[in-house]
Amino acid sequence: MGLHIQHLLGLEGVSKEDLTLILDTADSFYQVLERDIPVVPTLRGKTIVNLFYENSTRTRISFELAEKRLSASPLNFSVSTSSINKGESLRDTIQNIEAMKIDMVVVRHGSAGVPYFLTKCTDAVIVNAGDGLHEHPTQALLDMMTIRRKFGKLEGLKVAIIGDIFHSRVARSNAWGMTTMGMNVVLCGPPTLLPQHLDSLGVTITDNLDEALDGADVVMLLRIQLERQSSGVFPSIREYRDRYGIDIEKMAYLRPDVMIMHPGPVNRGIEMSSDVADGPNSVILKQVTNGVAVRMAALYLLGGGESV
Amino acid sequence: MKLLSIKIKRLHLGSCANGFSKTILILMKKVELLMDSKSLDLALTRITHQILERNRDFTRFGIVGMQTRGVFLARRIASKINDMAQTGIVAGTLDATLYRDDYRIALKQPTVKITDIPFDINEMNIVLVDDVLYTGRTVRAALDALMDYGRPKTIQLAVLIDRGNRELPIRADYVGKKITTLVNQVVSLKVHEIDNEDSMWLMELEDGE
Repeated sequence: MGLHIQHLLGLEGVSKEDLTLILDTADSFYQVLERDIPVVPTLRGKTIVNLFYENSTRTRISFELAEKRLSASPLNFSVSTSSINKGESLRDTIQNIEAMKIDMVVVRHGSAGVPYFLTKCTDAVIVNAGDGLHEHPTQALLDMMTIRRKFGKLEGLKVAIIGDIFHSRVARSNAWGMTTMGMNVVLCGPPTLLPQHLDSLGVTITDNLDEALDGADVVMLLRIQLERQSSGVFPSIREYRDRYGIDIEKMAYLRPDVMIMHPGPVNRGIEMSSDVADGPNSVILKQVTNGVAVRMAALYLLGGGESV
Repeated sequence: MKLLSIKIKRLHLGSCANGFSKTILILMKKVELLMDSKSLDLALTRITHQILERNRDFTRFGIVGMQTRGVFLARRIASKINDMAQTGIVAGTLDATLYRDDYRIALKQPTVKITDIPFDINEMNIVLVDDVLYTGRTVRAALDALMDYGRPKTIQLAVLIDRGNRELPIRADYVGKKITTLVNQVVSLKVHEIDNEDSMWLMELEDGE
């Protein structure tokens, strides 16, 4: 049966059934990607606009590849060459693009709530590819897919998400999705980067790394945005690395089959040392592969049918 | 009206204002028992004999069942062939959902099930197995899906029941039973592997919804 949601704006409020359906469908698309001909004709004739107001390599390429694997026609919109520079408003931009007959919009924007706003000014299906400090739902879905493919389940697993929680939409989407799926989520980072209100999600919050890592099945490290270092949220990169970075010595305290994740791009030598990033526990590149399958699943499940 | 039994079918009807889809129930009533477990087994045995007659070289031979019930029929035919011809054929499974032509008009998307073809289909003689042959659209989708796995030498089609009303120029090579039906009727197969019984019923929409 189909999804209950019409747009993918975030994982907040998305039911366990919907999340499970997307993850199950993603497993089927993973098989498609492993074939000699990794293309299916399902979205033939559908036009999908990739509207990226913020820089992105991984997510934009992953969406574009997912669209091409489904035989849709992707249309890439980049801010630097557009009329945004002439002062065109978001609403005008989207209504002009829609006038050219499009079916779906994948949007990334620096402001939270832009994907929701777009649902109010167009009939197209909206998929959030990251909005401000709000959510990045497909990243959280690919994280859950990667965990589920290894452990065979999500329920009851402990995941420690470590780093700049405050600025991380990945952490927020994962907190919503993973708690819905019955995982134990621990958010950990320097106190200045750890919003206390998040404990209302049913997650544990701590600035103590040992406590976060204790018994963890999955450790997810977030990128420290180096440009924020100057704003004084932590004393120095070096201190951050010593207190919250994962290196081979800290790995010794973790269970031998712990899964190490990172949404990328990795600051090698800060969040994790290179021998951890490239080590046998790291699934960073698997996350990227699964990202295409999960985005195909979301586009397939949201895209079909007539608008009602 | 006296009901022999009631089948409940769920249909998603788009979305309501709150963004959540609405589910309605459609009642189906049984009209006629087309096959019981004995006649179903006999039909599969006859199909197996016909497959053996036409295919001599089982080194380049494969069986693929279509999701969902065709998978179990394919496994049963494979084990009958293995018994009769002392071969070791394993049946593959195929889900053609992604190749269907009704993506644009379906209100909600059907679940994509597992495709698992554990052999290289290039230069093979493939028997595709499905439960019901009706419009031919599912078979059309399956042929396209199969071609994306390679280039088989031949593809033959085996169906347990051919209910007519074709919309595409497609025919089956092996047919268990041929009947004429109306468009408001449904042929429903049950297999003991997942339904705890072997039977095939002709059903029809309940009047006076």
